Amino acid sequence: MGDFFYGAAWLQYALGGITIGAIYALVAIGYNIIYNVTEIINFAQGEFVMLGGLFGVFYHQTCGLPLAPAVFSAVLTVGVVGLFLERYVIRRARHATVLSMIIVTIAFSILLKGGAMLAWGKDPHRLPAFSGTGAFLWHGVAVQPQALWVLGISALVVGILTVFFRKSFYGKAMLACADNPNAARLVGIPVRTMVMLSFVLSATVGAVAGAAICPITLMEYDRGALLGLKGFGAAVLGGLGQFSGALVAGLLLGLSESFCAGYLSSGYKDAVALVLLMLALFFKPEGLFGSKEAAGLKRF
Amino acid sequence: MKAKQRWVWSVLGVVVLCGWAVGLVQPKGVHAGKEPYKVGAVFAITGTASFLGEPEKKTAEMIRDEINSQGGINGHPLELIIYDDESDATKSALAVKKLIKTDQVPVIIGPTQSDASLAVVPIVEEAQVPLISCAASYKIVEPVAERRWVFKVAGSDKHVVGKMYDYMKAKGISKIGIMTASTGFGASGREELLRLAPEYGITVLADERYGPKDTDLTAQLTKMREAKVEAIVNWSVGPTQVLAVKGWRDLRMENIPLYQSHGFGSRKNLELAGNAAEGVLLPLARVNVGPLLPDTHPQKKVIMAYTEAYEKKYNEPVSSFGGHAWDALHLAVAALKAVGPDPAKIRDFLENTQGFVGQHGIFNFSPQDHNGLSKDDLEMVVVKNGDWALAPW
Repeated sequence: MGDFFYGAAWLQYALGGITIGAIYALVAIGYNIIYNVTEIINFAQGEFVMLGGLFGVFYHQTCGLPLAPAVFSAVLTVGVVGLFLERYVIRRARHATVLSMIIVTIAFSILLKGGAMLAWGKDPHRLPAFSGTGAFLWHGVAVQPQALWVLGISALVVGILTVFFRKSFYGKAMLACADNPNAARLVGIPVRTMVMLSFVLSATVGAVAGAAICPITLMEYDRGALLGLKGFGAAVLGGLGQFSGALVAGLLLGLSESFCAGYLSSGYKDAVALVLLMLALFFKPEGLFGSKEAAGLKRF
Repeated sequence: MKAKQRWVWSVLGVVVLCGWAVGLVQPKGVHAGKEPYKVGAVFAITGTASFLGEPEKKTAEMIRDEINSQGGINGHPLELIIYDDESDATKSALAVKKLIKTDQVPVIIGPTQSDASLAVVPIVEEAQVPLISCAASYKIVEPVAERRWVFKVAGSDKHVVGKMYDYMKAKGISKIGIMTASTGFGASGREELLRLAPEYGITVLADERYGPKDTDLTAQLTKMREAKVEAIVNWSVGPTQVLAVKGWRDLRMENIPLYQSHGFGSRKNLELAGNAAEGVLLPLARVNVGPLLPDTHPQKKVIMAYTEAYEKKYNEPVSSFGGHAWDALHLAVAALKAVGPDPAKIRDFLENTQGFVGQHGIFNFSPQDHNGLSKDDLEMVVVKNGDWALAPW
């Protein structure tokens, strides 16, 4: 039994899969927040992650702030970018259909990517690990302390958001806006403020993910698109709008990618996410954790 | 009325200023009267491959200024006509057509990238104008029978792989694992790694591919360890090669040496990988390691002269890519000096050039070989104390 666990390849694959899966989950959660309030799929979500990492690098290396304040400032800055997206782009197009707004977010993501390329160049950048350097061995398996940070931060974000939307006054108000904006307005919920809040919150979550993974994966200007795609896969697989669903689906996606790379061929790794996404859309379009009735009510 | 007058004055002012500026930048030390020798150039100055094309353009401009300030080529000033293909093969083809038809240049250097070079081969073959490509793919100059007018100055993947396998053989390594990115660069490297392995008595036990934007390579590396390989070769460009180094170090796999392709040969990668890169091995062109070469080496003098001039002028380190432009332009200039601006004579001169000392090696062209380099033009380099060092054989 000891041999089964000690230094086993499968354990190493699982660890890599869980780490990358947690990142997908954080991206998926970003999609869910905005979707929950506006039914918009914000395709600039991947760029928020990219910006989170790159602003972290900017504040830490260019401005010389210590790591913790640098990450905090990066998250705040990206929050402001999210605010900007809602206030000056989405709100101006508020009479458009949901589909048009989704296309607007794609345009915004291209803008962010191009801007990041001009500001940071095309080379990858790196943040130092949050604590300790190098990996340590646990049961013969190499563990990066930063991977534990990523996992911890993901769990924390999921926990806080679930409580926020289920229990808090503001969270419930935000959900109400999604179900029926007119009714929400009638009972006195400031719908616009709620929508803005959702964009800021989603940008913040994306930035946290970006800053957390930057020490492991490095970050460069065009990383956002692929992370956004995988995160979207996780969001749909888990059921759009479900936070715990996103977490489970993200981890599932990461694990299946890692095991596919380990036991089949790493060439097929990226296909796994898309195959899982297609299977979900064929057999359970509402996602693993979504309910069919709720899905029937949605416009998109 | 007053506004109109001001307009006229400002336009006039701009025109005068432009004339003055042009007068200023006109090459000095060249005898007026002799008509200039033209050289056409197509580089990927903007777009995705700008990190290759920009140093090429800067190098070419620097050499032009040097030559013109020393009196030109046999008294003829050198006129360099540079077009930017924006990293797009279609635009490359257009630029080459323009150079041939409108500018009527007798010789062209570039394009920067392999796909662009392959796209312009039929054009220069038809127009019968010699082209010296700065890209790597061996398909640009092979088969030579159909590539009479095309030469290239960048080494081929088979040289890099050959050098790597020579070193492995010297170290008694025979079982390896390879990891390649699923890009054109990675696929071409993989092809050569697999093709040449039997020739050197090397067995490839694991063959893994990954995407150019992958964020985690520990799964592939773990698989290498499970396959009990004696060395790992990683072949990619961009962040994945740094991830491979970090993963290799985190998984405590230092006892299995990690070889990288020549794509790793940028100081930026050393900065990003930090201490993790200690001991990583790679074959590199000598232009990257000029100061490490022994003084007796025939290339030392040209490499040091180029390195110092470039770093002084542009305040950035030299790269392999700028070295390609150096080799291409100096070959073209040597041909113009010997035979004048006649495309057919330039072609024949290039094909028979022997022992041309350049940045990337000592070129020996022949009717069978339009590249002129061999694996001996590379050096095996190891990362030591965060810097390059020649690897001990």
